[in-house]
Amino acid sequence: MSDVSKVVSMRDAVARFVHDGDTVVIEGFTHLICFAAGHEIIRQGRRDLTLCRLTPDLIYDQMIAAGCARKLVFSWAGNPGVGSLHAFRRAVEGRGAPRLEIEEYSHFGMVARFAAGAARLPFWPLRNYMGTDLPRVNPRIRHVTCPYTGEALATVPALNPDVSIIHAQRADAQGNTQIWGLLGVQKEAAFASAHVIVVVEELVDEAVIRADPNRTVIPALIVDAVVVEPWGAHPSYAQGYYDRDNGFYVAWEARSRDRDALERYLDDFVRGVSDRAAYLEKQPDLAARLKAKERRCAGVNYGF
Amino acid sequence: MASVAARELVDGEVVFVGIGLPNLACNLARATHAPRLVLVYESGAVGATPARLPVSIGDPALVTGSLMVCGMADVFQLILQNGRIAVGFLGGAQVDRYGNINTTVIGSYERPAVRLPGSGGAAEIAIHARRTLVVAKLSPRTFPAHVDFITSPGHGGGGASRRQLRMPGAGPVKVITDKAVLEVDEGTGELVLAALYPGVEASDVRGCVGWPLACRPRPGRVAPPDATELRLLRDVLDPERLYLKG
Repeated sequence: MSDVSKVVSMRDAVARFVHDGDTVVIEGFTHLICFAAGHEIIRQGRRDLTLCRLTPDLIYDQMIAAGCARKLVFSWAGNPGVGSLHAFRRAVEGRGAPRLEIEEYSHFGMVARFAAGAARLPFWPLRNYMGTDLPRVNPRIRHVTCPYTGEALATVPALNPDVSIIHAQRADAQGNTQIWGLLGVQKEAAFASAHVIVVVEELVDEAVIRADPNRTVIPALIVDAVVVEPWGAHPSYAQGYYDRDNGFYVAWEARSRDRDALERYLDDFVRGVSDRAAYLEKQPDLAARLKAKERRCAGVNYGF
Repeated sequence: MASVAARELVDGEVVFVGIGLPNLACNLARATHAPRLVLVYESGAVGATPARLPVSIGDPALVTGSLMVCGMADVFQLILQNGRIAVGFLGGAQVDRYGNINTTVIGSYERPAVRLPGSGGAAEIAIHARRTLVVAKLSPRTFPAHVDFITSPGHGGGGASRRQLRMPGAGPVKVITDKAVLEVDEGTGELVLAALYPGVEASDVRGCVGWPLACRPRPGRVAPPDATELRLLRDVLDPERLYLKG
């Protein structure tokens, strides 16, 4: 492996690895959702993307509103703890917005799709979907007969994105990436992808990674680019760095319901800023409101 | 509803917790009769002891002080599909006569009148948890004879449909509402009236469901929350009234 640093700006990472028509994953289950990358994709005007995520969350609602998406692959499309994603709903209910194609699973189905993709298998079997209407509306949920027991098992096809964008607490310049707190499906999504962009709160020396190798979730050998973007997950959160901005999620209900208010938000905080630093300058109160409290763990002895 | 749901949980059980009222009920049970309840969240927290009421199912407070945090592939394959979940909690926009739940669409799937969030982990919880408890407010809109879309299977079209489909879990056993508790009749798979809240009559409940609701021979009376439960809910678990309303 080459020792050349993979650290690039968000602008360069998106320009190089996210193209019109690509299948794009920005993962993170409530935790570590990379809004900074989604905003840069909007700024660069990407079109016809197939966006995949278990929970589209506010970031895909913004990208749908901005016209980046042709299709959404998902398993739960709501505003967690609040209500609806209204740009998504307008596009699916056909209320004036361009129609969005959808492909829908349950969480287990999406997890299994990433697991198959990561293992480079064509599908993944799961004991699921009997008695539900999901296979009726999604013909890609199928069945296979187990060659050992004869049992009918549901199957979902592998998901192999063109690019996955994974936010994390820290990585070294090669992309050895450490995550703690909720892990979601980031590992599977990264291994399933043709390209991986890692976005981190902190860039650390390789020695920091080597001191605690069990915490590495994504190894450098699958990483194409490392972007250093503190607070890059806001209004999502990063365990040990900052809390979720729940007020922003609550306010999204009214903001996304009103198409003009949503456009104003995108103009002010996404298209109207040059990069993440400019986004943060507009909100100087974030650290005072959201900075995480100390709750350190003692560590373990890796000696032999 | 939270205290009625909490009483259904047995100390030491492993519970798959949903956000909102189920979360409140599980934490109330842990603070009262079930201190060794193991809370599992689909986000990957196992044995969580949240120090604040989680706003979402992925709240950072679920991680701090938890027994284990794993990836979601592990939650669904190694814990849920492995058969380790005793109780699953589900809610829904529609619940039908056989306890089938819709959280996907009102109207047709292709041209929905209202697009709801979808399954999340609910479909697999409904299939795999050894039993499920359903929590929903009683109204004719919420309790039609047939749901528009089966997101999470209850007892299908009734009878032994779950066994025929080889579902590992027993499915919904109770539906806890704000007026009454409905139970599943083991023979027919149909929801029947089992207990009434104080001041509520069977006719009030029948007016809120879209099918001729059968009744247990002698329906019970649900005890209102006692002073300890009320104090915990109002002062400790949900002081900001995120979920407790009215």
